[in-house]
Amino acid sequence: MRDRLVFLVRAYGKLGFGLFLVLCMMLTALLAPLLAPYSPNAMHLDHILEAPSQQFWLGTDRLGRDVFSRLLFGGRISLWVGFVAVGISISIGTILGLISGYFRGLVDELIMRFVDVMLCFPSFFLILAVIAFWEPDVHNIMLVIGLTSWMGVTRLVRAETLSLRERDFVAQAKLAGSSTCYILVRHILANALAPVLISATLGVAGAILIESSLSFLGLGVQPPTASWGNMLMDGKTVISIAPWLSLYPGGAILLTVLGYNVLGESLRDMFDPRLQQRFF
Amino acid sequence: MLQLAFLPFLFQNILQRPSTPQAFFRCVRVHSFFCVGIPVSLSLHSHLLLRILRKCAWLLFVFLGITLVSFLVIHLAPGSPTDMEVTLNPLAGEAARKRLEALYGLDKSLTEQYLNWLVRLLHFDFGNSMSADARPVMTKILERLPLTVSMNVISLILTLLVAIPVGIFSACRQNSFWDHILTLFVFLGFAMPSFWLALLLMTWFGIDLQWLPISGLTAMNYDQMGSFDKFCDLAKHLTLPIMVYTLGSLAGMSRYMRSCMLEVLRQDYMTVAWAKGLSPFAVLVNHGLRNALLPVITLLGLSVPGLIGGSVIIESIFALPGLGNLFYAAVMARDYTMIMGNLVLGSILTLAGNLLADICYSLADPRIRTQAV
Repeated sequence: MRDRLVFLVRAYGKLGFGLFLVLCMMLTALLAPLLAPYSPNAMHLDHILEAPSQQFWLGTDRLGRDVFSRLLFGGRISLWVGFVAVGISISIGTILGLISGYFRGLVDELIMRFVDVMLCFPSFFLILAVIAFWEPDVHNIMLVIGLTSWMGVTRLVRAETLSLRERDFVAQAKLAGSSTCYILVRHILANALAPVLISATLGVAGAILIESSLSFLGLGVQPPTASWGNMLMDGKTVISIAPWLSLYPGGAILLTVLGYNVLGESLRDMFDPRLQQRFF
Repeated sequence: MLQLAFLPFLFQNILQRPSTPQAFFRCVRVHSFFCVGIPVSLSLHSHLLLRILRKCAWLLFVFLGITLVSFLVIHLAPGSPTDMEVTLNPLAGEAARKRLEALYGLDKSLTEQYLNWLVRLLHFDFGNSMSADARPVMTKILERLPLTVSMNVISLILTLLVAIPVGIFSACRQNSFWDHILTLFVFLGFAMPSFWLALLLMTWFGIDLQWLPISGLTAMNYDQMGSFDKFCDLAKHLTLPIMVYTLGSLAGMSRYMRSCMLEVLRQDYMTVAWAKGLSPFAVLVNHGLRNALLPVITLLGLSVPGLIGGSVIIESIFALPGLGNLFYAAVMARDYTMIMGNLVLGSILTLAGNLLADICYSLADPRIRTQAV
C-alpha cells in the first residue's frame, strides 16, 4: 500500500501539483463575486492602508480598497488575458505552421523568414511600442500579446507537419480523395495536438507574466480595474509603509505561473517519455 | 549547394527563443545536427569566412525585414506623430498640422517615407528625437547604451560563475536530495516576475536593512566624492539591479548547464577518462565541462533579446538611466523617431548577439570548424 502511494506520488506528484495550482486559481477567479467579501472597487476611506486584519484579510490599499477582493478580481483579468492571448497566438501559429509545413516551397520560405524577423525583435520592446499607440485596454493587450508570441508555435507545428505529411496514413487519405483541408485538420493537426497543447499551457504562463509586467509599467490594464500587475504598481509607491500591498499580488503571479509551468512540463514528460530521464 | 538547402534550418534553430530547458536543448541538438555537413576541401579559415559571408547575406535580408516591420508597426497604428503638438495645443489649427507634416515629411506616401527612412538609417542617421530637447536619436541611445550593456555583461558573468558549478553538481548527483531542491528553485526562478523580485529585494536590503540605496545611479553628493568613493557609490547603486538580472537568468542557465552535463556524462569518452584513472577534477572539468559548455555559447546568443526587453522593467524600477528607461520614456511620450530607432537598434543587437554566438561556436567546436556549413 505504502509502496503504491510512493509510486503514485513519484509518477503523478508533479502533474497533480500543477493541476491543483491551476484549478485553484481558475476556481477562485470564476467564483470571485461569491468569494470576495467586498466589491473590488469599494473604497473604505476610514480604513486606508490598514495591515491585514480580521476585517480585511489581506489589508487595504491607498484608497481603502480591500486587497483580498481586488486580488480575486485581478486574477480574473490576468487569467482571461492569458487564455485569450494564447488562443490568438496558438491559432495563428497552428494555421501558419500547417500551411508552411504542408505546402513547402515559396510559401514555407516566406513564412519562416517572417518568423525569423519577428524573433529578432526584443518582444517586450515591440509590445510596448504597439501598446503605446493603441489605447491600453484589456482587448488590445490580449491582441498584442497574441500577435507577438505565435512564432514558437509556428515552428513547432511546422516541424510536426513536415514529418507527419510523409506518413502512410496521409498518403492513404490522399488516395482516398480526401480534401487538403480534411487531411490537414483530421490527420495532421490531430496528430500534432499534444505538443501544441503543451506549448499552450506554457504560453499561458508567459502571457500572464507579460500582462502583469505591462500593467506594472502602467501600460496594461488601466485602473480602477484591478489586475495583479497594477496592484503591484500601486503598492510600489508605499512599499516602505505598506509592504503587504507588494507582497500578495506578486505571490499570486508566482503561484499561477508556477502552476502552469509545472503542468506544462509534466504533460511534456507524459507525452514524450524520452526526455523525462534526461531532465527532471 | 546541398548545404545551402540546409541553411534555413540552421539559422532558424539558432534564432529560436525557447522558454524551457527542454526547448533550449532540442534547438541546440537540431542545430548541431545540421552543422555537420559535407566536408569540403578548403582551409580552416576559408570555411569560417564562407560561413560568415553566408550568414551576412541572411542578416541583410532579416535587417530589411526588421526595418519594414518597425516602420509599419509605428505608421499603421492609429494617431499621428503630430498629435502631441497639435491636438493638445488649442492655438494650433489644421494649417499648423499641415506645416508640421510637411516639416517631418509625413505628407509623402508610405513607400516614399519608408525608403527615405531606410536611406538615412544606412547613414546611421536615426533622425532627431521628437521630445523637447530634439537631439539626435543616435546620440541619446549611445549615451544610455554603456550602462545597460555593462550591467548585462556583469550579471552574465556572475550567472555563469554560479550556474556552471551548480549545473555540474546537480548533474553529477542526479536525483539526489540537493538536486531536487535545486529543481524546485529552478521552477520558482522561472515563475518569479522580475519586477516582484526587485520590489522584494528593495524592501529587504533597501528599507528593512538600510544596506543599499534603492534607486538612481549615483548619490546626491557624487560630484564631490573622490574617485574611490565614486566607484563604491556606483557599485552600491548597481548591486540590487545586477542581483535581479542575475537571479532572473540563473534558473535557466543552471538548468541548461545541468542537462548539457548529463548528456556529456553518458558519453563513451567520459567512461574512458574514468577508466584511465584520471582525477575526478580532470575528468569532470577537462573532459566533461569543456564539451558541456559548447551549447551554452548558443544559449548566450539566444538570451540577448530577453535581456534587452527585461531592461525596460528593471531600469524603470530602479530609475537607472539606461536604454530600457530611455525606451520607456519614449513610449510614454510617443516619441516616434526614438521608438523606431530603439526598435531597430534592439533588433540589431539581437542579430549581433546571434552572429557572435555563431562565430564563437564554430571557433570552439572543431567539428564545425573543419566541416563547413
